[in-house]
Amino acid sequence: MTTTSRWRALTRHNLFWPVAVLVALLLVNVPFTPDFFAIHMTNGHLYGSLVSIVLFGSPLILVAVGMTLVIATGGIDLSVGAVVAITGALTCSYISDQADQGALSSVLLAMGLGLIAAVVCGLWNGFLVARMGIQPIIATLIIMVAGRGVAQLITDGQIITINSEPYKLIGGGYWLTLPFSIFVVAAVVAVTVLLTRRTALGLLVESVGGNAEASRLVGIRSMRIKIMVYVFCAVCAGIAGLMISSNTSAADGNNAGLWIELDAILAVVIGGTSLLGGRFSIGGTVIGALVIQTLTTTIYTIGVPTQTNLVFKAAVVIVVCLLQSPKFRAKVFGARAKATGPAAPAAVAESADPAPKMEVS
Amino acid sequence: MSTTTETPATPGAPERRTTSRSARLLGDRRLSVLVTAALFLVMYIVGLSRYQNYGFGDSQVFLNLFIDNGYLLVAAVGATFVIMSGGIDLSVGSVIGFTTMLTAWLVQDVGLPLLLVIPISLAVGAFGGFLMGYVIHNFEIQPFIVTLAGLFLFRGLCLVISKESIAIDDSDVSSLAQTRVPLGVGELSIGAVVALVVLAAAFYILHYTRFGRRVYAVGGNEQSALLMGLPLGGTKIAVYTMSGFCSALAGLLFMLYIQSGDPLHAVGMELDAIAAVVIGGTLLTGGSGYVLGTLFGVLVLGLIKSIIQFEGTLSSWWTKIATGVLLCAFILIQRVMTARKKT
Repeated sequence: MTTTSRWRALTRHNLFWPVAVLVALLLVNVPFTPDFFAIHMTNGHLYGSLVSIVLFGSPLILVAVGMTLVIATGGIDLSVGAVVAITGALTCSYISDQADQGALSSVLLAMGLGLIAAVVCGLWNGFLVARMGIQPIIATLIIMVAGRGVAQLITDGQIITINSEPYKLIGGGYWLTLPFSIFVVAAVVAVTVLLTRRTALGLLVESVGGNAEASRLVGIRSMRIKIMVYVFCAVCAGIAGLMISSNTSAADGNNAGLWIELDAILAVVIGGTSLLGGRFSIGGTVIGALVIQTLTTTIYTIGVPTQTNLVFKAAVVIVVCLLQSPKFRAKVFGARAKATGPAAPAAVAESADPAPKMEVS
Repeated sequence: MSTTTETPATPGAPERRTTSRSARLLGDRRLSVLVTAALFLVMYIVGLSRYQNYGFGDSQVFLNLFIDNGYLLVAAVGATFVIMSGGIDLSVGSVIGFTTMLTAWLVQDVGLPLLLVIPISLAVGAFGGFLMGYVIHNFEIQPFIVTLAGLFLFRGLCLVISKESIAIDDSDVSSLAQTRVPLGVGELSIGAVVALVVLAAAFYILHYTRFGRRVYAVGGNEQSALLMGLPLGGTKIAVYTMSGFCSALAGLLFMLYIQSGDPLHAVGMELDAIAAVVIGGTLLTGGSGYVLGTLFGVLVLGLIKSIIQFEGTLSSWWTKIATGVLLCAFILIQRVMTARKKT
């Protein structure tokens, strides 16, 4: 009896399904690549499938963490892909103009410029959403459409390639035997978790997402909170843009961060954050982003033709969303629980299960 | 800028009457469509004055707007229905790309006659839309996520058919693509004619049928529509089915226009379609808008492209920036209008 109730408590934990999907995906790899979990030390760097999943997933994790807070306020940010492109384009074009591309000061200045551009994009999104009261999906559509044009304008429609050692570090370099980008991601995630869970900030964000008008009436500056999360999201996207352009040593206004907004939203949804806002889980988002990256890696390693990648992704989206839909669970699992359910109280608890999630709407 | 050009300056009329008339016009729901139409005219006149010597004034240049953007018009009409009902469809571009691949593959590699391929493609598109609508309504998952899955699915299916583009040299396709309908002042392609027919049909459905009113009602307030006893699920599913059908039809027109299938055709065209709908004055919250506005939205986007072509020195990314700026302007105009309506 206690084991079943403990099991039920475990399956109800909001991270259960994302982690289960991640573990299942990782295990799928083992029959195809027996040394999937092995990690080697070569030239003082750690190599292995797990390391590369985290390495290649870093930009996505960053963007998704920023997106989580935006979605928690009941918004959405479609412009992150364009912000990735703008940041990369601005930073690379500044570095490529320098006589000495390896100079640390000019690289730092270039990165600062790129991040300032990201902050401006975030302020603009926040201004439209919070002050003008425009639907987030539309407000951020503007930079999504125009941003890539701006990025191409900065790079003059070319792919700018650079050769800068210090800049290479952030996206492709190693530090303490691990990819440097992992430390950047860990720092951002840690700061975010500390700020949202150790201060009242997370509660305020959730309150604004639950009901912006009500939070304003109880004295929360919902407008300021909203602007803040859009700026935060854009900065995360900006750092991801630095990573992507640093990893390829090039800025491509057209393709950098293409569709990353969709992957990021997907990661947030897989992580259990409702698109309706009002609650969020940073841990879930990180796991969601890892699920997406693992899926991509798995498709490569088990030798499925890469072109079916998107079909798999579509299947995962649908399965995860159906599992999270209270109505779907009630229809499929609810029916089964009634048929084989052990006792009446359990059945009541089962049917009451969707209720807490519904109240968000 | 456009708002001021719209205010009618009637000389000689009593002042009180002018203000009330302008106030009435500002409160008119058709205002945003009129603004877009006026913007189109202004852009056209600017184009005329700048490129008169390069033949911008030819009536064929105007008709080419329809020939070059017929597929976008069809896709945007489908998107208008979805947005009017308060939803959104992100799968448009992928369905267009998939349809070009499917038809190219069926005609070129399987060897089916075009007459059979057309209904197959349309049915596949409509079925895809139906499935998305079904999931959206029955499992209460947000349209954004479901159609995002549709975007991935159809783009993936494109690549499953083939990673390479398929050129079509079927004689039926090329003769259909080259058919021109003379209009006296110029000529239209079959694609443009189909697009205009779709527009007319959509206009009729939206404004003169029971279904059209249901779409407005569902978009205006889902709860009220449900309480009134409107078939909420049926309407929503029908809207997504129509959008899927329109996207597939747009894919066929695109295939005729380009005469090839390519897994990368029409990437991101859902955004063009949504932008056209927004520029055309339809509110993204649903329940308000006109399909004729969508026509002007498409024409404005098309005109930007032609002006950039005539300009010659401007690069293609200016299209994106100009679209973004226009989008921004129209969203702000819409915002100002809806804000006044509420108070």
